[in-house]
Parts: sequence; structure tokens; C-alpha cells
Amino acid sequence: MMGRAFAAVFRRELRLAWRRRGQLLQPLVFYALVMLLFPLGAGADLALLGQVAPSLLWVAALLAVLLAQGTLFSADLEEGGIELWVTSGVSLGWLALAKLIAHAMIVSLPLILVGPVLAGWLGLRGEALWVLAVSMALGMPVLCWIGALGAALTLGLPRGGILLALIVLPLYIPVLMFGAGAVHAAVDGRPADGALLLLAGLLFLGVSLAPIATAAALRVSQE
Amino acid sequence: MFHRFTALSSPRHFYAIASAWLPWLSVLTALGFAVGLYWGLVVAPPDYQQGEAYRIIYVHVPSAWLSLMVYTVMAGAGLVALVWHVKLAEIAVYECAVLGAWFTALALGTGMLWGKPMWGTWWQWGDARMLSELILLFLYIGVLGLHNAFADSRKGARVAAVLALAGIVNIPIIHYSVEWWNTLHQGATVTRFDKPAAHSSMLWPLLFMGTMFILYFSTVLLARIRVRILEQEADRQWAEEVRRG
Repeated sequence: MMGRAFAAVFRRELRLAWRRRGQLLQPLVFYALVMLLFPLGAGADLALLGQVAPSLLWVAALLAVLLAQGTLFSADLEEGGIELWVTSGVSLGWLALAKLIAHAMIVSLPLILVGPVLAGWLGLRGEALWVLAVSMALGMPVLCWIGALGAALTLGLPRGGILLALIVLPLYIPVLMFGAGAVHAAVDGRPADGALLLLAGLLFLGVSLAPIATAAALRVSQE
Repeated sequence: MFHRFTALSSPRHFYAIASAWLPWLSVLTALGFAVGLYWGLVVAPPDYQQGEAYRIIYVHVPSAWLSLMVYTVMAGAGLVALVWHVKLAEIAVYECAVLGAWFTALALGTGMLWGKPMWGTWWQWGDARMLSELILLFLYIGVLGLHNAFADSRKGARVAAVLALAGIVNIPIIHYSVEWWNTLHQGATVTRFDKPAAHSSMLWPLLFMGTMFILYFSTVLLARIRVRILEQEADRQWAEEVRRG
């Protein structure tokens, strides 16, 4: 029963995402646009851009993930899906885990694929591109899950958007520091594996705790 | 024992007990502050490196301690609110957030005042403790904002409690990530003053002030919860009787 419920939620998320696949491109366009804004604002000094590119790439990706969170549970709330989850008898955290994993894949995968391309555009070369891709693959899901918790907490609020950013951004800081730190290290020719391992640790911590916290938030929203 | 605990968690009883304790606690806190400040600002010897300016630690360090302690209290109250639906704990979550945000702001403000003469700058990006403290302030603001966004304050309190608990998991991670940040990014190494081996003549007044800050926190928290109870129970008969005096 638990396995089937998990698979049902997981497949439903992927199918819904596929039917609205045009929307999947929006964060990517946003990401590319922000990366275009920085050189336009800072001037075409390649040396300067190369120095700050790891941070820019990570901050812009972080904002793209943040933008993808706002409506995560709102359709479920309107259609009564969350109520069904709560009353289904299946552990709410388990269902949340299915939704969170699907959500992380849908949001992160396109960004991870595009990130190195944009990095090459900004002048990053060689190993730094690989490190960026790996750091994003480890870090983006964590950002998605923290954002999902924020979305569950602000569920049903009329203007939750700015509040969501306010709650979620401080919690994003460790991921940003390790992620951008790894890429910076690779650019400077230092070993990046320490920061990457820390990111992997956050990933495991996230997958263990985020469903519980999200489930708690969803339950409170249904009271 | 358990009976007494449940009795205490009833708003009416809590109100009565808080009313009885508050005058004593207030007097004790005021006296304690007078003694602690005199001890720290006058009696304690000046620092051999920093002269008289170091005396700000008697406010700064206790504020920083309290900023973290209050967050723990808030998360604890949040857990109680979520698990047992205790109305008092819900109120405590919010009031702790208000007080914690103030302690954090005070720690930041006094830290900047201290940093100006010592480091020659108000703000030092390389200092992990300053950054963690600022992030802590944002976490408090998030809890307050989330709570206030809900028209139903009981629901707002429980949602804020979930955030407070998520925050308590994150605080150590944020702290260490900020600390390691300096080693990940090259350059910008802070030349911090060697930590002066705290002499007992300086340490004792500091610990005393720390205790007084805890006392102050308890007193104000009790007073704020007491007022909030009266607000929320305004339509009960006992609250009506209290109001009439």
C-alpha cells in the first residue's frame, strides 16, 4: 500500500510536469536572463567576471529554484488533494517524500544541464564546469526541499511570495556557501571535494528531514 | 507532579501564578542589573590591550548568549505547541521570537560599536560570528513575519513553530558553514585580537551579567505572556473579573 501510494504520487507529479512542459522552460529562461544581466551591469571585463562567475551562477540558480516554489502545493490545496493525503491513512511524510523527490527532479534537472553552458558563456573552463554540474546536482535538490517547506508553511496565504523568500533565503545560505565554494576552489585550482562532500551531507540530511517538516507544515495548514 | 504541570498550562492558573511572581522577579532583575553593571563597568579591572572599551562585553556577550538561548526556548515551546496543542506554548513561541530578535539586534549593535574602535570598522565580513548573528536575526524576522501573516493567531503560532524547529536544525549548519566559508574562499583573513585569557576578575562579572540577562528574559517573557493570555481569553469570565479588578 505504501509503495503504491508513493508511486502514484510520484507518477502524478511527473505526468503533470510533462503536460505543462512549456512551464519547465521558464526557470531556465530566467536563469539565462539573470546571467545576462550581470555582465551588462558590471561591464565586459572577463577577468572580473571569471572571478565572480561561480557566485553569480549559484546565486542566480538559487533564485530560479526559489521562483519555482510558490505554487508547489496551491493546486493540491484547491483541489482538495492535501485533504485526501491527510485522511488517506498513509503516512503524510511518506507522500511528501514522493512529491519532494519528483519536484526536485523536475526543477533541478534542467538547471543542472544549463548551468555549465552558462558557465562556459561566462568564461569558466575545464574542471570548473564539472565541479559546477556536480555541486548543482547535489545542492539544487536541497534548495528545492527547503523551498517546498517554505511553500507548505505559507500555504493559503494571499501574498505568500515575498514571505516565502524571507523565510527560505536564510536557510539557503549553507548550500550556497558550499556550492559556490566548491566552484571557486575548482577555478583557483584547489581541491573541491571537501565542499562537495559537505553538500552531499546536506543532501542526505535534506532527504531525511524535509519530508517530516513539510508533512508537519501541511498538517497544520489543514487544521 | 504531572497534575501540577497541566494545571500550570491552563491559561487562568498561569495568569494567577505569573501575577504573583512578577513583582518579585522585577525587583530582583532591577537589583541584579544594578549590581552587575556596577561590577562590570566600575569594579572590574581595565583590559591590558583594549583599555576601558572592552567593558561593552558585559552587555554584548550576554546578549549574544541569550540570542541563541532564546531560539532554543522558542523551538522547545514550538515542539510542545505542535505535539500537545498547549495554548501557552503557542503564545510563548511568538513572544520568544520578539525577545530573541531584540537580543540579536542588541548583540549586533553592541558588536558593531565594539568593532569600530577595535578593528577600525563597523562590519567585518570575515568574522563568522557577526555573520551568523545577522542570519539569526533574519531567522527571527522570518518566524515573526510568518506568524503575523495568519489572521488566526493560534494557527500562525503552530506554523511559526514548524519554522522554528526547522531553524534549530539549521542553526548549527549555518554557523559552521559561515565559519568554514573563510577557508573555502581565499583571502580576507581577519586579524583578530588574541583572545585575552579571561581573568577571573573579568569573568565573574560577565557570568553574573549572563545570569541577570536570563532573569531579565524570564521576567519579560512572563509579563508578555500574561498580557497575551488576557487578550486571548478576553471573553472568559475570569478575564472579565480580572479586568474589573
